[in-house]
Amino acid sequence: MFQWLSQVAAVTALNLRTIGQRRGASAAAAFGVMGVVAVFVAVLSMAEGFLKTMTSSASPDTAVVLRAGSDSEMMSGIQREETRIIAEAPGVLRGQGPVASSELYVVVDVPKRSTGTDANVPLRGVQPAAFQVRDEVRILQGRNFQPGRNEVIVGKAAAAEFAGLDLGSRLRWGESEWTVVGIFEAGGALSESEIWCDVGVLQPAYRRGSTFQSVYAKLESPEAFNQFKDALTTDPRLDVKVVRETDYYAEQSQLLYGIITGLGFGIAFLMGLGAVFGALNTMYTAVSARTREIATLRALGFQSGPVVVSVLAESLLLALIGGAVGAAAAYFTLNGYQAATMNWASFSQVAFSFAVTPRLLVEALVFSLLMGLVGGLFPAIRAARLPVATALREL
Amino acid sequence: MKYFPLLWSNLKRKKARSILTVAAVTIAFILFGYLAAIRMAFSGGVEVSGADRLLTIHKVAIIQPLPISYKDRIATVEGVERVTHMNWFGGVYQDPKNFFAQMAVDSESFLDLYPEYILKPEEKKAWMADRAGAIVGRVTADRFGWKVGDKIPIQAVAYRHPDGTDLWDFNISAIYEGAKKATDTSGFYFHYDYLDEGTGGDLGFVGWYGLRIADPSRAKEISERIDALFANSPAETKTQTEKALAQSFANQIGSIGRIVTFILAAVFFTILLVAGNTMAQSVRERTGELGVLKTLGFSHGQVLGLVLAESCLLSVLGGALGLAIAWGLITGLGDPTKGQLPVFFFPGRDVALGAALTLALGLVTGTLPAVQAMRLRIVDALRRA
Repeated sequence: MFQWLSQVAAVTALNLRTIGQRRGASAAAAFGVMGVVAVFVAVLSMAEGFLKTMTSSASPDTAVVLRAGSDSEMMSGIQREETRIIAEAPGVLRGQGPVASSELYVVVDVPKRSTGTDANVPLRGVQPAAFQVRDEVRILQGRNFQPGRNEVIVGKAAAAEFAGLDLGSRLRWGESEWTVVGIFEAGGALSESEIWCDVGVLQPAYRRGSTFQSVYAKLESPEAFNQFKDALTTDPRLDVKVVRETDYYAEQSQLLYGIITGLGFGIAFLMGLGAVFGALNTMYTAVSARTREIATLRALGFQSGPVVVSVLAESLLLALIGGAVGAAAAYFTLNGYQAATMNWASFSQVAFSFAVTPRLLVEALVFSLLMGLVGGLFPAIRAARLPVATALREL
Repeated sequence: MKYFPLLWSNLKRKKARSILTVAAVTIAFILFGYLAAIRMAFSGGVEVSGADRLLTIHKVAIIQPLPISYKDRIATVEGVERVTHMNWFGGVYQDPKNFFAQMAVDSESFLDLYPEYILKPEEKKAWMADRAGAIVGRVTADRFGWKVGDKIPIQAVAYRHPDGTDLWDFNISAIYEGAKKATDTSGFYFHYDYLDEGTGGDLGFVGWYGLRIADPSRAKEISERIDALFANSPAETKTQTEKALAQSFANQIGSIGRIVTFILAAVFFTILLVAGNTMAQSVRERTGELGVLKTLGFSHGQVLGLVLAESCLLSVLGGALGLAIAWGLITGLGDPTKGQLPVFFFPGRDVALGAALTLALGLVTGTLPAVQAMRLRIVDALRRA
């Protein structure tokens, strides 16, 4: 066994030391893997970033109440009397009153900074309890809006992505004028893409009378959800559906996340095939250039195992270098890169940052090793099968 | 052409290598085809939008309704030929995942304004005669297996009947085809009157207006005049060309075009290296032979041409195969999202671009080795061999 290992070490070291002689070909193989891994990480970091924004701040002890049959706040509608019944339902956390916020969700056209064309930016009217329901929201600049006044606060991501939402800006939507009095952050959550104002001001401005679209309620505990849900759905005065906030946003992000990851894996798989062909070329050439060396080693009594391992080690190393460089390049250029897209479920913009997560980096390295393995395996087998006598005679 | 046997036997001397290189190029062009189709799916709306059509939406956002009374007032604006209107229905067919656009439209003017939706005359007559009739595009009809005459129940969330129920029944009067490949045939259109009656008879609002103007070059001026009509009213409007609105929607989804270009650049860069490396290797191995060729009287130019021709042959072989496979898969398997994309096809323009790229790829990968081969001096070449 020890002899076998020392043979492996000797042949592998010999191979790796001679990579320099095949600089061009080796670099091409590594570059191929690099390109694949960079694209793989880039596309998937987009999906991860989107998912993170959509779901990171949702908590299992917050419930969202919508009208029965609606999938999103946009299509929902709840009367004022109904919101009172919901807020008083068992299971809702109580501070100075029930920690539940009845809200209105509309979109307003605001130009994107990057293109100058209008985008649907969500405008959410909230009640004071909203800041207890979403306790991650903090005012970053300026101050909070005052109830009853045409004032808005703008999420950090929305202020960065869309034009004219800076502190102090005046905005005209419909018949009323609004002033941006604050910028808020919410730990990278979805609400950072939104504009918030007092729901009591938004209702008349949008001619919604006394209707709301949703109620966000903080529960005593995640376990209180079923009690709360049963109380509302069995109440004959109500026609509502109750979902956990985590499920609500997971559902909304599923479609786009699925499409991007599907696309990412598809492209990476095809590109990976291309890179494997490149690696195969390089390794076959490397093996055929060393035919005499390998045959000599075999003639000296080296077994075929160590020869196989040595070829594989070389191709794995090249792939790993390429993969690491590609992943690092994607990490340094894309991690945190800000972008915005349409959340079709709510027909509004979501600003998010590309997230190159540790899991993604690990996946990228595993993927590059896989390419190296496939690219090296067949040439390695050929090297091991070289008939010693013919190989020595050939040269 | 007389050199073809020579080129061919050069490719055959290391079969595995030639096959691997061609395969790598093939993969690159399969990706090229798919990405071109995806880009078209997202930007197609911009390209086929009518130049003579304007859309009037609520100034605050497209989701805000406009009074139905605006229709007649817009029609009076000089230069406007015909006005139609649409309401976003937003209903659910069986499951929320079965998303497709449903729109309540003013049917006569709608068909007049959108001649790219092609109906047979008898189907059109049937639609007009059936109050609960609806026309549906080919893509959506195929997705759910609907046929003319089917009864389709759709649950609306935003529009309820006076008795509080929210289930609407529609009869499929026709399945329309698109005039062009890029025409979106995923929509479902029904009569505004049906929506109005079904909600109690005084709906009073529409989602947005579509209008046709006689002279597209006057779009800006006419838009301004329409918007001035409703300035300082409770529902101010924003009128723009269909193209401008489609573009701003495409921008909302994100810079798909840029992302696709970035991915393609990475793909081609990778393949360039793989193929270029192979060419360089094979020229290096053949130094001696090239020397012999030159000794036999081949000029430097001819040797350059031979090497370039070889790399172009590899790349064109792989490229043609890749484009053909991409075309076959896109046409045969269709939309990978199973009907979520409005259109999915390999645009002819991109096929041509792909064909040009195969040649360019061959030239670029072959240039360096070809120049090396050209510069080779006979003595050096023969000595090195």
